[in-house]
Amino acid sequence: MWFLCVFFHRLLDYRRPEVESLAELFGHLEWKLTENFHVDSPFHFVSLPSEEIARKIAKRSILVKGIYELWGHGSNHQELEEAIKLFPEERKIPYLSSDSTFRIIVDSFGKVISFEEQNKRINGLSYIPFKGRVDLRNPDHKFWLMETDDYGTNNGLPRVVQKKVFFGREIGAADRKLLPTYQLKSRGYLGPTAMDAEMAFLMANQGLAQPGKLVYDPFVGTGSILVAAAHFGAMTMGADIDIRVVRDGRGPNCNIWSNFKQYGLPPPISLLRADNNLPPWRQGLGEVFDAIICDPPYGVRAGGRKSGGRKLMKGTVDPYTVPEDKKADHIPSTAAYCLAECVHDLLDLAAKMLVMGGRLVFFYPVVRDEGSGDPQYPEHPCFAMAAACEQILSFRYSRHLLTMVKTAAYTEELAESARLKHREFKENHLKWMEDGNLHSAVFSPADAQQPPPAGWPERELKPKYRGSMCRLITFD
Amino acid sequence: MRLLTHNMLACNVKGVVNGYPLRLEAEVVAERPADFNADFLRHIFARIDWKAFVGAARSLPEEHAVADLPEDAEPSMLASEDFLRRFHHALLELHVEKGALVCPETGRRFAIDKGIPNMLLNEDEV
Repeated sequence: MWFLCVFFHRLLDYRRPEVESLAELFGHLEWKLTENFHVDSPFHFVSLPSEEIARKIAKRSILVKGIYELWGHGSNHQELEEAIKLFPEERKIPYLSSDSTFRIIVDSFGKVISFEEQNKRINGLSYIPFKGRVDLRNPDHKFWLMETDDYGTNNGLPRVVQKKVFFGREIGAADRKLLPTYQLKSRGYLGPTAMDAEMAFLMANQGLAQPGKLVYDPFVGTGSILVAAAHFGAMTMGADIDIRVVRDGRGPNCNIWSNFKQYGLPPPISLLRADNNLPPWRQGLGEVFDAIICDPPYGVRAGGRKSGGRKLMKGTVDPYTVPEDKKADHIPSTAAYCLAECVHDLLDLAAKMLVMGGRLVFFYPVVRDEGSGDPQYPEHPCFAMAAACEQILSFRYSRHLLTMVKTAAYTEELAESARLKHREFKENHLKWMEDGNLHSAVFSPADAQQPPPAGWPERELKPKYRGSMCRLITFD
Repeated sequence: MRLLTHNMLACNVKGVVNGYPLRLEAEVVAERPADFNADFLRHIFARIDWKAFVGAARSLPEEHAVADLPEDAEPSMLASEDFLRRFHHALLELHVEKGALVCPETGRRFAIDKGIPNMLLNEDEV
């Protein structure tokens, strides 16, 4: 059954993957694009097994403005009228009956339609025999008249080749009211890198968080990702290397627990202080998590830390030992944790501890160098990439939300190669720290970079438009 | 810290072979009701080391110690609502607020404070 799926025009790269993930929960899907439309257009066609499934997906999503039963479309209102008249009567009549209430909403993409003009469009639909009563507040059925017109090239957005008018009945829409409820500015306990509510919900959707599932965040911080997972009913578990964050917060009524309490969510099953580099899970615990969702520290806004600080630094007496009488109150020093090692540990942990079909969802930073081609994403024999969605953060770098699905079992050989790699990182600590230094790539002075070719206005090189077209423009 | 967490953790100090199960030394224990989810219990049951779980549940201070868990458990028991309730209570409703987890091999103590086990290792343990 084909539906028209209209997206909010934001986080373009994230829109189809979100619906694809939710379809994983509720049913199979297939995409189709209107002729001459770019993939970053908000208008898509999606095939789903039933209206009920379409409603479930739309309601749980964050970026779906609406999924509609399309009654007709055309390149002008004349064509639209013909199409609607051809749409089977038996599919229209149940929604036009005199005992129902309805509302018609006029919407446009890329231009503004004045209030008078909107009324004119609605009156122009008089060829549809609406018998019900109009109810603007709480109608039984919502009908949408949507159109898009050529708005020229705007901020690098691909041109609309052809004007298009759609008319459809709303099946379901995202509950964007969640976002003001969960917005960070009204949350009790926050850290410098707390995940924005919209993104956290998208991550929870990518991780297929739902009741009865166990979601783990090894870099839990103030718990912003787990809050979103708990909202969808998942059991949550978090670890952090910083004991002040995970244990103390800002006092007895301002900590991770209070963030869950604030929204009436069940508290995490477990919070602990642990190092992602040396996870304290017992041998043979095996596949226990349904999803691992996290934002690893990659050294731009917050640097990662791992155990064994002084021992890894040069100039200390080797082997470094903590005197017996100091052990009780000893505060272990930590060393910087480079991105490559962090991602290696994360993939190894996920391969070992995710159930088959479980999902690893995490942000991966990419430096936006000219001509560097498609970004190199981390790979692992146990995982298949389900989605990679870019979010541009600055002129210099972007973060990509990677969704990986566990498709193969963790083997003894994989464990052995992970052990060797772990030792390699430990023995060549300083070398790895220099190689993987993203901070300097992002914050080094601009003039150290290649100057733009003569005659090029400098800022035009990378358009601000934040969709997949951006990569084409940048790297072509 | 709930008993579920205890069941998952081991001492990972360098060179330790038998770092599991950690001995639970509970000083302060709290009981808080948790939402009952039978699906979750059935899913997590397969991942529980039952012997260690029962051992920890019985080792709690007298007023909280759980005595009504069977010595051995098998998946067929999950059909019983009564068993699930007892499993749920011991696994998710008992919180060790203060105490320690002690390595059975080396005696290394991992402190539990405000319900958070501190599993971070010292420099000479990695």
